[in-house]
Amino acid sequence: MKALNSKNWQYFLGPLSKDNPVVVQILGICSALAVTAQLKPAFVMAASVVVVTGFANLIMSCLRKGVPSRIRIIVQLVVIAFLVILVDQVLKAYVYDVSKQLSVYVGLIITNCILMGRVEAFALGHKPWPSFVDGIANGVGYGIILLMLGFVRELFGSGSLWGFRVVPEAWYIQNGGFYANNGLMMLPPMALILVGLIIWVHRSSNKDLIEK
Amino acid sequence: MESLNIFIKSIFIDNMVFAYFFGMCSYIAVSKSVKTANGLGLAVIFVMALTVPLNWLLNEYILKPGALGWISNSLGDIDLSFLSFIIFIAVIASFVQLVEMVVERFAPGLYNQLGIFLPLIAVNCAIMGASLFMQERAYPSLGQATMFGLGSGIGWWLAIIMMAAIRERLEYSQIPAPLRGPGIAFIITGLMGIAFMSFLGIQL
Repeated sequence: MKALNSKNWQYFLGPLSKDNPVVVQILGICSALAVTAQLKPAFVMAASVVVVTGFANLIMSCLRKGVPSRIRIIVQLVVIAFLVILVDQVLKAYVYDVSKQLSVYVGLIITNCILMGRVEAFALGHKPWPSFVDGIANGVGYGIILLMLGFVRELFGSGSLWGFRVVPEAWYIQNGGFYANNGLMMLPPMALILVGLIIWVHRSSNKDLIEK
Repeated sequence: MESLNIFIKSIFIDNMVFAYFFGMCSYIAVSKSVKTANGLGLAVIFVMALTVPLNWLLNEYILKPGALGWISNSLGDIDLSFLSFIIFIAVIASFVQLVEMVVERFAPGLYNQLGIFLPLIAVNCAIMGASLFMQERAYPSLGQATMFGLGSGIGWWLAIIMMAAIRERLEYSQIPAPLRGPGIAFIITGLMGIAFMSFLGIQL
């Protein structure tokens, strides 16, 4: 079997836009909103989720014939929790400041609906390799939305990107300029409204997703 | 007095939905009618009010750095806190399973009403989030942890029935086609969040 034949390629491309986990399947919203006030934590979170979704799908797909369906939820939670603990320990070891900023949201990857949703909907019915591709793709689709939100919120909310200043200091009102940061961008409600707007734009260009 | 403050604070100021976005998936998916939203909300209150104190006990006597000191002094410097994710989620998942069986046996009417919502609660991030916040904020007593769990549950219930009531009315309004469904739900939640921010001024 070729590593990425056309079917697997479809599994990979689907979640990036047409079947995006955040704006179409409405999964994994909690963390998408909470960690995106700045670009850096958003990126770290997205990378962690890609790793966990990919491997959770892979492991559950390998186990799918041996696990009775009555106890599958517990088994899924144990597998996912195990992966998340690994990710959490790695983050604490290498990027401690970001890990502090993400606080409880790293632990909440366990209950991120993308994971359970993709394992239930895909990995339990497919072979390991396509499941792995599907997991990675859904993680990346989620990451794209996180980065978009992080970009807009950090740029307009604090005038910087990835911690580097983009809007010159001299432009600010307190330095005699004309510019002020939009404080609302840093607050939770604005993240919700931005996701609403992304859904609006996305559905305008994909007419078949519009609800009657 | 402190417990009462925590209770009020977790309902209004630190509302699970508006301040931390916990449980958004089921919040958006199940808020189409007030009746089902109410059922899910009540189940969340119940599970949260019991799992948070349960996890508090586990955290206090097993997981915290040095928590095993009550068995013998030699175990005093063990730190098991890296296990907390897996222990918390195991407690929540098995507790939900237990509640489901008890309710099915003793209150079949309620069981039919709640239907599929009970098992779904295990993966509602609000429940797990409440336990993780309890650990992070290190509430000093069991009473305060219980109040925090109860208050957070009530806050979540309040948010979802308000949202469901608004969405029932929205059925009759003219919304731009691409915004229908989740799009408008997000924007309304954002506006409700701004309204809830006015509680921030309350000093407790």
